[in-house]
Amino acid sequence: MSDLAPSELEKVRKILGREPNQTETGIFTVMWSEHCSYKSSRLHLKKLPTRSDRVLVGPGENAGIIDIGQGYAIAFKIESHNHPSFIEPFQGAATGVGGILRDIFTMGARPIAVLDAIRFGPLDDPECGDRNRRILEGVVEGISHYGNCFGVPTIGGETVFERCYNGNPLVNVFALGVFRHDEIFFGRASGIGNPVIYVGAKTGRDGIHGASMASAEFTEESKQKRPNVQVGDPFMEKLLLEACIEAMHTGAVVGIQDMGAAGLTCSTCEMGSRAETGVEIDLARVPQRESGMTPYEIMLSESQERMLLVAEKGREEEVFAVFRKWGLDAVTIGEVTGDGKLRVKDHGVVVAEIPNRELADEAPLYDRPHGVEPYRRAPIEAPAIPRSRDVNSDLLELLASGDLCSKRWIWQQYDQSVRTNTLQGPGGDAAIVRIKETGTSVAMSVDGNGRYCSLSPREGARLLVAECCRNLSAVGAMPVAATNNLNFGNPERPEIMAQLVEAIEGIAEACKHFETPITGGNVSLYNETLGEAIWPTPVMGIVGLLKTAPPVTIPFKGEGRAVMLLGGLGTVDETRFGGTQYAKVVLNKMWGLPPALDMDYEKRVHAAIREAIAQGLAESSHDVGDGGLAVALSESCADGIGASISLDTSLRPEFALFHEGPSRILVSTSRPEAIEKIARENNVECLRLGVTMKERLQIGHNSDTWIDSRVERLREVWENALENLLSPISVG
Amino acid sequence: MRFGVVVFPGSNCDHDAWYAVSHNLGHQAEFIWHDSISLGKADAVILPGGFSYGDYLRCGAIAKFSPVMAAIKQFAQDGGLVLGICNGFQILVESGLLPGALLRNRQLRFVCRSVTLRVETTHTPFTSAATEGQLIKVPVAHGEGCYFADQRTLDALEAEDRVVMRYLDNPNGSLRDIAGICSEGRNVMGMMPHPERAADPLLGSTDGRIVLESMVRSLVATHA
Repeated sequence: MSDLAPSELEKVRKILGREPNQTETGIFTVMWSEHCSYKSSRLHLKKLPTRSDRVLVGPGENAGIIDIGQGYAIAFKIESHNHPSFIEPFQGAATGVGGILRDIFTMGARPIAVLDAIRFGPLDDPECGDRNRRILEGVVEGISHYGNCFGVPTIGGETVFERCYNGNPLVNVFALGVFRHDEIFFGRASGIGNPVIYVGAKTGRDGIHGASMASAEFTEESKQKRPNVQVGDPFMEKLLLEACIEAMHTGAVVGIQDMGAAGLTCSTCEMGSRAETGVEIDLARVPQRESGMTPYEIMLSESQERMLLVAEKGREEEVFAVFRKWGLDAVTIGEVTGDGKLRVKDHGVVVAEIPNRELADEAPLYDRPHGVEPYRRAPIEAPAIPRSRDVNSDLLELLASGDLCSKRWIWQQYDQSVRTNTLQGPGGDAAIVRIKETGTSVAMSVDGNGRYCSLSPREGARLLVAECCRNLSAVGAMPVAATNNLNFGNPERPEIMAQLVEAIEGIAEACKHFETPITGGNVSLYNETLGEAIWPTPVMGIVGLLKTAPPVTIPFKGEGRAVMLLGGLGTVDETRFGGTQYAKVVLNKMWGLPPALDMDYEKRVHAAIREAIAQGLAESSHDVGDGGLAVALSESCADGIGASISLDTSLRPEFALFHEGPSRILVSTSRPEAIEKIARENNVECLRLGVTMKERLQIGHNSDTWIDSRVERLREVWENALENLLSPISVG
Repeated sequence: MRFGVVVFPGSNCDHDAWYAVSHNLGHQAEFIWHDSISLGKADAVILPGGFSYGDYLRCGAIAKFSPVMAAIKQFAQDGGLVLGICNGFQILVESGLLPGALLRNRQLRFVCRSVTLRVETTHTPFTSAATEGQLIKVPVAHGEGCYFADQRTLDALEAEDRVVMRYLDNPNGSLRDIAGICSEGRNVMGMMPHPERAADPLLGSTDGRIVLESMVRSLVATHA
């Protein structure tokens, strides 16, 4: 547990004008933890763009909200549950899903999609492989258990393996919900005299100080912290969802907020602070699962599936009736006051009294030193890159690697189609759900790349934003807004803080450029185990809009179609090749810088592919990303149609086939001229690489054949790799 | 025709069934709350997928005690059409309206994917619009969908032409690849796959409509 620093304790004394008691100290500790207060990152988060015509609610609320037209809006956010998922993978991941779902429906929106970005140590790691497999299986089962029962489709995300996550896996969960503009609710305790009502599950001793645990590094003792991880009950959450939405529709609810990190403490003081009111509660009235809980424990419990709401005085019964119908507790535990204070009583005796605003919004703000080079271990200079003996086997090795192989084994455990809105589920460039009421659809892409970001946090972050927007454009969607999850090490180390600052600035530049303001997100720091930090791993979640229509998907659809590369082959030099999957998997090395990005050009490529899709010209479309062109082509052959490709390039084969230069989208079409015309209009390159054909993928250069493989063979290797990597325990 | 869609607190495919009937097929659909003792004016009833009461015990084990189930038993006894999908199938089995049990998937993991089913009999009100042997693509999404019954029951089901659908690519270890069965009176059917998720052209398959359309057809015939 990270205690208050001496300077922080001094500030507390000043606010209170006296010495805090134990309960108050606990309250301040948790509210001023890194997790709740963003004290190390706040200063820099201000650099992010947060506005556009579409943004209805930006950062600061439980989730960001954007307008999607016709009176409808979507709420979305990404959040991490990294530390709990390491200590107890199943429950850690499950409650991670539960927490973000509550953030969405506390705003009044019904969750309609979940995506997960999950990162683990390698499954074949000589030392940690067993544990990594166990963590992955637990995390996947936890996500599956919670999301499936709750009834939200899990439709995308990413799974990445790197050694730096051996002792610190990352579980970032993105959720999105939909509602009408007039259904938006805020976490505000407005109206002096209004009752403060506790609803949902009873309070137990679980998760006490979870937020502060999440704000500390891992040590050997961390494994002892299992009791700090909460236990999730998705059925309870489903009841809570239905009851909250029904209660909101009565018109008797004034404000509502979920009890997530820091539980009752956070919800009371934040609701009061936002409304500039006071909140007085009596803990004796809080429904409790265990006997003999102290005020400290009740205030800091992170028991799941609970909400705090403020109702209009005199209309409590309407709210109670709804919760009775759903079989849930709903109890008035206090009221809104005019003195701006959080006053906590226990059987009528005041046990804590703290001004809401100072507690919620005046947390210490640190300008942590960062005037050094961001930490990196890899050299800049490229090693001698040996000539590949056989690029065919390199390709198979890449397709079988953890990062690039099919994640079907994982996503088949997720209900992807409940709610009958999923137009494109996992495995596509972007996930798509339709909004039944509006005729529009929402596309979502969640992406991170710790490898790029460790080579250059700023460039890596910009590439992430570009990649998300490219993914969205590749399915025809216009990117409109973003959320981010910043996973970093200990910010008290200047070289880590420098990573954070650089990455935030990179995200800011790119989000401005691609016109995707950040509407909220999460910062997860202290991702270190035994002094070893994870790579800087910002994860972006970007949403786009498109007209509801059958989706344009990755696989080639028929023989004899032109295969085109919108954006051109791109370029690379030795330095920029060091962050590729080829360097990682085939060469087992890492160096240099991430691929170079020209944001203007990138944006024009996006416009071109969207136009091609809007005109119905693209039969298939696929972003060229990790693994480069050869991997993208192999994935396009997943339905059994192959292609004959000829590359006109001066690059060496390994570079031409596997470099990861951005701004490229692979398209198949029966109307190549029309796509070329669009490319010209957008001033981007467009190459005809070849034609689709039966059964084989052939990639050549002049008279040389570089790749020649049966499509079925590529598919087998790609499809079965993950299960093979997991098999050491799934057999037993 | 008027379909009643039963809503348990943990149903999560209730809205999907409602939407498939009302929007994709253009018939009336109404929700029936689980503590209701009447089915209203429903001509047919759908028990949708989900997690009825959390299903922490056995799927459907608590649902069988709900007030609405008494009404459904009576409705079924009177010859009314009852379709149980996924969790609805589990509830029908737990309630004794259908024989056998649904066990944890053989691979011990939840599975969600499209499966191919073979329609084994068209002599039911749920498949009368299909052709025998017709192959349909419909998604499954369940953790406990492995159909199990003793040999005698299985033999009887087959002898009485009550195995309505079988998996071509068995996703859960169900005995004899059974995906759906009907009652002795043939008016109650349970199936693990989700026909309501394959009823909209936008979602990739409309094969699931055959089940709902068959129901409408036989309702029209009875009402005529």
